[in-house]
Amino acid sequence: MVFFRKKKDMPDGLWTRCDGCKGMVYKKIVEERMYVCPECNYHFRVFSRDRLKLLLDENSFEEMWDNMVPCDPLNFKDRITYPERVAAEQQKTGLKEAAIVGKGKINGKELMIGITDSSFIMGSMGAVVGEKIARAAEKACELQLPLIIISGSGGGARMQEGVFSLMQMAKTSAAIARFREAGGLYISILTDPSLGGVMASFASLADIMIAEPKALIGFAGPRVIQETIRRSLPKGFQTAEFLLEHGFLDMIVHRQDMKEELSRLIDYLQQTKNVPCEVQV
Amino acid sequence: MTEKTVTELENSILEIEHRIEDLENASLKDNCDRSVEIKYLREKHERLQEKLCSKLTPYDIVKIARHPLRPLTADYVNMMIDDFVELHGDKRFGDDKAIICGLGRIGQERLLVIGQQKGKSTKERIACNFGMPNPEGYRKALQKMKLAEKFHLPIVTLIDTPGANPDIGAEERGQAYAIAENIYEMCRLKTPIINIVIGEGGSGGALGIGIGDKFAILEYAYYSVISPEGCAAILWKNSENAPEASESLRLTAKDLLKFGVVDEIISEPLGAAHKSPKAMANTLKSYILKYLEEIKSTPIDILIENRYNKYRNIGKYLEC
Repeated sequence: MVFFRKKKDMPDGLWTRCDGCKGMVYKKIVEERMYVCPECNYHFRVFSRDRLKLLLDENSFEEMWDNMVPCDPLNFKDRITYPERVAAEQQKTGLKEAAIVGKGKINGKELMIGITDSSFIMGSMGAVVGEKIARAAEKACELQLPLIIISGSGGGARMQEGVFSLMQMAKTSAAIARFREAGGLYISILTDPSLGGVMASFASLADIMIAEPKALIGFAGPRVIQETIRRSLPKGFQTAEFLLEHGFLDMIVHRQDMKEELSRLIDYLQQTKNVPCEVQV
Repeated sequence: MTEKTVTELENSILEIEHRIEDLENASLKDNCDRSVEIKYLREKHERLQEKLCSKLTPYDIVKIARHPLRPLTADYVNMMIDDFVELHGDKRFGDDKAIICGLGRIGQERLLVIGQQKGKSTKERIACNFGMPNPEGYRKALQKMKLAEKFHLPIVTLIDTPGANPDIGAEERGQAYAIAENIYEMCRLKTPIINIVIGEGGSGGALGIGIGDKFAILEYAYYSVISPEGCAAILWKNSENAPEASESLRLTAKDLLKFGVVDEIISEPLGAAHKSPKAMANTLKSYILKYLEEIKSTPIDILIENRYNKYRNIGKYLEC
């Protein structure tokens, strides 16, 4: 069964408003089209578990390290404490943290896959997300499997974990570097939105960079940029199409074609036997 | 009697400084001996400065780190480095003045220095974009670091940035990619790297030249995942809550040492670095020499292995 995200992504009822063309579309049709608007091809945000179901072979996903939860190294408090915020987000999303990683198959081909969910504290990277991504890279290295990471993060590094979250940028980048150096194939898929510390680390360090159409991608968020330069931003700024034009993506792939494209890329690039690589922990 | 606030203390200190200066000038003119009075004022000055430093809140420290008179990368280069040869340009797009790179010596040690530069005068600040590097700045730094790797020179990076430049041009030229690539490459660069935060350590913009084997921070510098103002604007919905955000973020040198993120705090002269830049530069120089000595004896493979493990093991989480 496909689980519908309730919040703003998908309002209740039979019909929903498309954020792309602003038209009313029949929800069931959107769902059947992998959460893509039948009128304008707008790609709705998808809950991470649903996305894994859409992409991977049926029942092929084995989640790993699913018992990891954040702790509160700073005793962080804004208007609420960090543990309160985490509990509320867990309640809201049914997730323990913003990242899910594990082993799966695409058209019978085994791979390691990770995904960050932008609905859990903006998909921001704290120690759990960093650790899961690093472990996924190490596992992919050990098992000589391709690594696919689907990023969705409007938050970048997680403020509530302070400097520890900043250091996850270093951790994930270091782990990815080892994996790629050992001959591993890493494909990064950028979804709406991919910003900040996630983009400035593992999400942009892939052998192949893919984005979904119209996804918002960048370093600084559009609001921060607008406040800094004090004028309006050009149309289409920081979209996937903008990045493709500026040479930062290998391709933009429609959600419905994603599985087949990944399958083709893996066929081309993944060697059946990698150079044996050492995993150092 | 109520305790004096930091601003009041600062004003009293400045007033005493002026009085000492006036007395000294007067003594020069009429040859009267005012040394007793001057000595008394100097002692009072010192006591007040000590008191001031002991009362600082995290947000006061952020303000000291941003102090307009605080020594910058270029000042340290002038005071610390012999025979400096600046190297410009990323060989791809341009020469970002927000990052200074160059070869130089400290004593007998040859090294590559890389540092973010904010600028002092208004004209300089604009040229340096207030120390907020563009992608070409990070690419320039990386290009020079590869040079250092090839010719076996150790690298010292001086971190002082409010953050990477958030504007249209920076995004067009791949700011996130440039920073990510620097982190990626610095993790495996086959030459020793020392990172020192001398002022502001602003998030990813700092990390873009901030990966290495030794990590030190000046006493009144800070290092944070986001600026206190930015954090307050998001979580408190009001940037005026920056003082509270500074507390919550644990961004001071002491916090970072406690967390084990930095290896060492480098003490500043009484009243912070801007009160005696020369003394600060000398201290910094001796620390850099000490680090170089420590690192040099480690074989490069072990150094890189240690560097990897340092970042690989950072961060706390629970597995339940």
